[in-house]
Amino acid sequence: MRLPLVLLLAAAALTGCGDATSDGSDDVRLRVSAATSLKVAFTAYGPALRGADVSFSFAGSDQLAGQIRSGVRPDVFAAANAELPQALHAEGLVERPVAFARNRLVLAVPADGSRVTDVGDLDAPGVRLAIGAQGVPIGDYARAVIGRLGPASAAAILARVRSEEPDVGGIVGKVAAGAVDAGFVYATDVKAAGGRLRALALPDRLQPEVVYAAAVVRGASQPAAGRAFISGLRGGAGAAALRSAGFLPVP
Amino acid sequence: MRLRAPSPFPLVAGVALAIVLAFLAIPLVAVFVDVPPGDLLRALDDPSARDALRLSLETSLMALGLIIALGTPAAWLLATRRFRGRAVLLTLVELPLVVPPAVAGIALLAALGPQGLFGGALADLGIELVLQRAGVVVALTFVASPFYIRQAVAAFESVDRRLLEAARTLGAGEARTFLRVAVPLARPGLLAGAALAWGRALGEFGATLMFAGSFRGVTQTASLAIYERFATDFTAALALSAVLVAASAAILLMTKLAMVGSEELHGAQR
Repeated sequence: MRLPLVLLLAAAALTGCGDATSDGSDDVRLRVSAATSLKVAFTAYGPALRGADVSFSFAGSDQLAGQIRSGVRPDVFAAANAELPQALHAEGLVERPVAFARNRLVLAVPADGSRVTDVGDLDAPGVRLAIGAQGVPIGDYARAVIGRLGPASAAAILARVRSEEPDVGGIVGKVAAGAVDAGFVYATDVKAAGGRLRALALPDRLQPEVVYAAAVVRGASQPAAGRAFISGLRGGAGAAALRSAGFLPVP
Repeated sequence: MRLRAPSPFPLVAGVALAIVLAFLAIPLVAVFVDVPPGDLLRALDDPSARDALRLSLETSLMALGLIIALGTPAAWLLATRRFRGRAVLLTLVELPLVVPPAVAGIALLAALGPQGLFGGALADLGIELVLQRAGVVVALTFVASPFYIRQAVAAFESVDRRLLEAARTLGAGEARTFLRVAVPLARPGLLAGAALAWGRALGEFGATLMFAGSFRGVTQTASLAIYERFATDFTAALALSAVLVAASAAILLMTKLAMVGSEELHGAQR
């Protein structure tokens, strides 16, 4: 039972690191909880925001909503759907949500080839599929797409699922590592994966409405900076970062 | 000669102990206090929660079996031989202890994943680990084995040399000495190591998620089920957490009792 203290401390230090981006000026410290799929766009936007040091916490939108429900108070909550911010708003936990971007769902396959070349291949025997877990936006969108293929195909495709990932990063990782043949992700994830993934477009009739919405959290320590952050997503440096990451504007 | 004032150190240390106890115990107690016991039990009456607990129990026991079967003789060799590079080997064996679980997951993918170093060879042999139950066992074995092996090395090193030499003198070969003398004498240490390894395996999260994924009944262990439920059903997440806390406490307690028992036995023989 004699683990050297040094080892335990080292283990704690190595596993317990957060993800903060800060350059140590006197700006206010803005904390943003955001969907994993926003990582590239938001980390590009963060340094461009005037008067605030932004630190991000990226995870599945439902995980972040769960944190807010159990008392965590970031300044801004940005989700990969409109339902979660809306539900938190109804519970009095966040201010009125603002839709700020749209995205498209695609079927991601490894860049170096896959036995899946089309949504129609998904129910073939031996195909391995990764989707988001239920309740995570990417998981709910994927189930909506699969549901539109009709009950028989849907059942066959769901039987090919090998992993239900807690956020979109897990799906990207599983496809990129070749652990699965395909996974439903956002079009922006394929762009962000830098050539490791290839996107198979979905027919329009299968495409769900993917809208991202953000809200200032009630009880936030920096509500003004939070509102400025969100307004920059609608037009300004944030909107530019979203466009260059591949997100579509809201109408 | 001046009378020395009573040292304040015991008081300071006592306060430190109280803080440590409160810090470590309160969160674990809160798991049980936050939700009424009836709700906790109801939340466990869910097939997917039971699937997760059963999977955790099975995979952690399989990992523990592998760790003990391979780790015990390996630790014996490391404890009884002195050779160049022994320190390097010991460090390698202990490395997974301090490597972050996410790194362990990536490392396992890089070595044993479909595109990993040995991915092709494993596929040729028809062995599939990623996103499979066997993959969970591999991940647990990787992260938990150092807890057992380092303890086993220490336990074998503290066995009285003279007893081992006596056994050899009386004609027992090394295998017999190892099995009949060294292992029984080192048993308390081996048990303690096994308990720590088992506890670590029961709680594993990051490496399992990255290497084995999360699928109900196949790879979704209790820790992964807790994470999935956190967003949607906090009570269910707490219920599963309570089971893991209780199981871990039971493992530690059983080991302590076993050690006390064996010390009394040894004491009586003296």
